[in-house]
Amino acid sequence: MTSPGDSGGRETWPLWEVFIRSSRGLSHVHAGSLHAPDETMAVRNARDLYTRRAEGVSIWVVRASDITSSDPDAKGEFFESPQGKEYRHATYYSESEAVPHL
Amino acid sequence: MNHSNHVVSTAITAESIADSSVVAPEAVAQYALGLGDDALVLAHRLGEWIANAPELEEDVALGNIGLDLLGHARSLLTYAGTAWGQSEDDLAYFRGEPEFRSRQLFEQPGGDFAATIARQLIASVYFAELYRALSLSTDPTLAAIAAKAVKEVDYHVDHSVQWLRRLGLGTDLSHERMQRGLDLMWPFVGELFQPDPFATDLDGIAVDPERLRLAFDSLVPRLIVDAGLTVPTMAAAQGGGRIGRHSEALGPMLAEMQVLARAHPGATW
Amino acid sequence: MAAPAKTTVDDASSEGTADQRREFDRLIEADMRVEPRDWMPEAYRKTLIRQISQHAHSEIIGMQPEGNWITRAPSLKRKAILMAKVQDEAGHGLYLYSAAQTLGIDRETMFEQLITGAAKYSSIFNYTTPTWADMGSIGWLVDGAAICNQVPLCRASYGPYGRAMTRICKEESFHQRQGFEILLELMRGTDAQKAMAQESVNRWYAPALMMFGPPDEDSPNSQRSMAWKIKRFSNDDLRQRFVDMLVPQAEVLGITLPDPDLKWNEERGHYDFGPLNWDEFYEVLSGRGQANAVRVARRKQAHENGAWVREASRVYADREAAERETTQRMAS
Repeated sequence: MTSPGDSGGRETWPLWEVFIRSSRGLSHVHAGSLHAPDETMAVRNARDLYTRRAEGVSIWVVRASDITSSDPDAKGEFFESPQGKEYRHATYYSESEAVPHL
Repeated sequence: MNHSNHVVSTAITAESIADSSVVAPEAVAQYALGLGDDALVLAHRLGEWIANAPELEEDVALGNIGLDLLGHARSLLTYAGTAWGQSEDDLAYFRGEPEFRSRQLFEQPGGDFAATIARQLIASVYFAELYRALSLSTDPTLAAIAAKAVKEVDYHVDHSVQWLRRLGLGTDLSHERMQRGLDLMWPFVGELFQPDPFATDLDGIAVDPERLRLAFDSLVPRLIVDAGLTVPTMAAAQGGGRIGRHSEALGPMLAEMQVLARAHPGATW
Repeated sequence: MAAPAKTTVDDASSEGTADQRREFDRLIEADMRVEPRDWMPEAYRKTLIRQISQHAHSEIIGMQPEGNWITRAPSLKRKAILMAKVQDEAGHGLYLYSAAQTLGIDRETMFEQLITGAAKYSSIFNYTTPTWADMGSIGWLVDGAAICNQVPLCRASYGPYGRAMTRICKEESFHQRQGFEILLELMRGTDAQKAMAQESVNRWYAPALMMFGPPDEDSPNSQRSMAWKIKRFSNDDLRQRFVDMLVPQAEVLGITLPDPDLKWNEERGHYDFGPLNWDEFYEVLSGRGQANAVRVARRKQAHENGAWVREASRVYADREAAERETTQRMAS
């Protein structure tokens, strides 16, 4: 399954998803999408569209049709497992709560 | 909504120059005026594209380039004006066509998108070389304006090169139009590198345009050929923009640009 | 806000299983966001496409009345601000088209709907901008009304719409202020400038108030949009909020709002205002405004003039990709 906006080649220019690193030390985060004829122009269009107010120091673009996503109908089997495994989180360990540096 | 995020910027701007106590020496002001006019006229031409570009993404791209150029123009004109107690707007709106010193390339109408790309390619490479050299000027204000501008125009070069390739190597139609665009703009290349009458006595401060020709010649013809196009061979137009001689395109452009300001002399906006 | 009554579950056009419908209703009720791949009632999807694309078209068509003054802006500062603002509108149209695209409609289709008149855009942009002061009025009144409308939309139940609106609201915070300052500068200026400002506000005030849409009792779609948490406040509530904000701002400007019935109502804690001419609203909406045909024709022309550019760059991209593939194949 590709990204939600992919129009399957019906448009002259394909759709691209844009990810921006807002400053050093942070991950690239999805900013939005745009149209461009190829990856070279996509990254430039992303610069012009999504960093006009100094929002970014680095840009990724991915063709929307190249994105593979989890199946929305498989939410249960994909995301149920972590439920009930509270022992993966520090907050589960209440006995040691008051002990310094733990 | 957050109205409180103050934008703190250290970049040199028309405002920061106007707020400072810097005063351009007469000769430097005369030189800066010509450079400011070049940037202003081209910025105005790019402003004509907004809402008319081939795709919305390109509206935004051309808008950014136009705004960069307008920024350069405002800094240069503001700096020039400090010599005469005049504002950027006094200079932009209340000089007539013969007093404008812009080189003729910049006033050429954008025509179709290919003609605009041809004009941008020539202009951007010229600006990049100019500002790179000018960033070493011994005049600190000119050097600072150029240092900011050079990074921006490097991006403009890239933008026009990308489109030159796509139009030159795209379809037969785009190839034909890109060639026609280059042919239209090429006669105005020569003037860019003619001596600037206001740069002659400014050793170390101004840039001698003839010095920039080599870099232009070693880059632009190769880019054109790489894009499957032919380097135009038509003769250079006579030029003379720096001394107020312009093509027929500038008059109507200025008439439009200045009409409102001139209808209300002395008004502030 | 209290959860509105459920009106969605038995929508005739919704298919989906009982589980899917329950999940959708749960998301809406819990004030969570619906995301593109989630099941949603067909009517919800259609409503969103209609509203988001209409909003996108408004941004794009809205570039024209202001673009009209870029080449004549009376100072270089104003020229830069106006260029940046009109450029932002192109950007905002793009964000919104992208949000609509996640619902399964592409930009090309939306564009066709715009130029054939199948899709609407805000009627306000069918008014013309004969004077520079109109740049002030558009910023102060039109963008002001738009912002009132848009801020609650940042919390719209459909995720991509809310996210697009958040970005837009952040960027638009300067749009209203720059318009206000254009008028402020005019009101501090010469008599001719003051008259220009007042005349312009006289023309834009009522149309701006009508941007919130017809009165609640004549706006059947609003009810459902509110149930779905696409819309958070009714047309009349937003309009009242806007008028309450405008009056003190007009005082700062020293400008008169052209409504003799405008006065503070102590009991309601709001300003009362006079009736609006809804006949005019529907006239403009149905195509008999000052510039309907021109606006659409101009957009169509720009799009058609650009076709060869879009086509050339696609051909180039395809060829480059094919060549890259050949090179890779030969190398391996």
